[in-house]
Amino acid sequence: MSSCPSGFSPNLLTDLANIWCWSFMRNAIEAGTLTAIVAGVTGYFVVLRRSAFTAHAFSEIGFAGAAWAVLSGIPPLVGLLVGSNLGGLGIALLGRRAINRDTQIGIVLAFSLGLGLLFISLYKGYATETYSILFGEILAVSPDQVTETLVASTLILGGMGVIYRPLLFSSLDEDVAEAKGMPMLALGIAFMAIVACAVSFSVQVTGVLLVFSLMVTPGATAQYLASKPSRAIATSVIIALGATWLGLFLSFYTPYPVSFFITAEVFVFYVLVRLVYTRFRWEKISAGSLLRPPVDRSG
Amino acid sequence: MAKLVTEGVTVEGKSRLISAEKLSAGYEGRSIWSGANFSFGKGEFVGVLGPNGAGKTTLFRVILGLQRPMAGSIQIFGEPPRRGNPHIGYVPQRHTIDTETNVECLELVRLGLSGTRWGFDPTAHGDRDAALSALDAADASDLAHRRLGALSGGELQRIFLAEALVSNPEVLLLDEPLSNLDIRRETELLHLVNNVVRSRGVTALLIAHNINPLLPHMNKVMYVANGKMATGAPKDVLTSETLTQLYGVQVEVLKDPHGNVAIIGVEEHHGDIP
Repeated sequence: MSSCPSGFSPNLLTDLANIWCWSFMRNAIEAGTLTAIVAGVTGYFVVLRRSAFTAHAFSEIGFAGAAWAVLSGIPPLVGLLVGSNLGGLGIALLGRRAINRDTQIGIVLAFSLGLGLLFISLYKGYATETYSILFGEILAVSPDQVTETLVASTLILGGMGVIYRPLLFSSLDEDVAEAKGMPMLALGIAFMAIVACAVSFSVQVTGVLLVFSLMVTPGATAQYLASKPSRAIATSVIIALGATWLGLFLSFYTPYPVSFFITAEVFVFYVLVRLVYTRFRWEKISAGSLLRPPVDRSG
Repeated sequence: MAKLVTEGVTVEGKSRLISAEKLSAGYEGRSIWSGANFSFGKGEFVGVLGPNGAGKTTLFRVILGLQRPMAGSIQIFGEPPRRGNPHIGYVPQRHTIDTETNVECLELVRLGLSGTRWGFDPTAHGDRDAALSALDAADASDLAHRRLGALSGGELQRIFLAEALVSNPEVLLLDEPLSNLDIRRETELLHLVNNVVRSRGVTALLIAHNINPLLPHMNKVMYVANGKMATGAPKDVLTSETLTQLYGVQVEVLKDPHGNVAIIGVEEHHGDIP
């Protein structure tokens, strides 16, 4: 593999061929692609259900789990899955108003990070693994991990396909969905489990602390660009994919981490979309007062 | 307890869609109201009135099967209530949508039909046609591709009505659809509901705070107060005698030449009624 060229050339196709030549880059692109699709799909619902903070909390619980796994000599992914799923289950059991329980969630989040720190300090080995859990290490993904990610992505997307319509219904109109006989608690638990698994696999790419650059920002941006859920989900996936691929490309030719590029790209794109959208809305409403509220609920 | 139910004249042959006998409901062992007897037939427009906390929404929850009655019996289409009955359309109370929700109205109305189905079928378009006709029935066709978060209160209520109508229900439960609407929108929405009731033969129960806008449309009125209910034709229920008996305080019902009523003596006692 040492024969693969690594210099930047003005010919984009040559660059892509060069990147593809490196096996670590192939693994990274494959894992990144799968993760971006899963994060884009689940992220749309995380944003629609206003549960970004909730989902963030159980990714940090997942971090404590992963740090504990490293300490115990088990693969960190197992700890992540166990931690984030337990966190997600707990939050789902708190009930339908759990999304608004900022305070309790914040308290649990802080404690989880503290626990994670304790496990790291107890660990006498090399700390790279914990660092990569926090900030992601997609360039170190192994072919086995790609296979794991493929299996997990298929299961997650399959699960989303099964609960798609009831989940959308309960996200938009919880009271009517409940009256129509939908199992709200089971739906909440299923969704939290799906997000927990999606977060655990996304962590390989972005790390626990940056996971929402793929889970929340693309979904939030997509909501401005499309008002049909199927199109918004597709848009969210495209944003997540584009950011991941571009991030891998940029980091290949620069000394900076992939996670940084992904977070920066989705952030800049989100800000641009919001600026354009807000301007468009204001022009549409009136050329008069800029202070006029965008929505008039009185009539 | 005095018998408070003033049954209106029921037309022979009208099927009883909803009927209750000695029905009681409440929370955690405490009843909110008890001894309720009522029956509603096909195509009846029923106004449900009474002070806050009297148990109007509780009645809806019992009909929807979300809450079990404490005593007595209730039958809907000849069966006990069950959650998820597809023949009931429901618009919950203070039903608002986050202004950040950028989802088009047509999608929500479609979910009124397909939102209970598991699995994913990108080729299914039957719900889309049903949603478009429900939007038409709710006079909201022009809103189909607008974003939910950008609608006004009156527009939202029409979308929720379409969402409730999309499954072609025989019973409509509307919990305070008129709150937050100005008088003009209030009249428009009531006309709309009345048209649906008349053209589709739907039985509608509508919770409201002010009786006068309902008077031109409703066949029956149900007053919930003081742990009891009085149900019947408006002319029988809206009398000083019936309402005095219900509320347990002296109540005067005054009528003006246009047919509007003023209920005196109730408003001051709202705070005293548990």
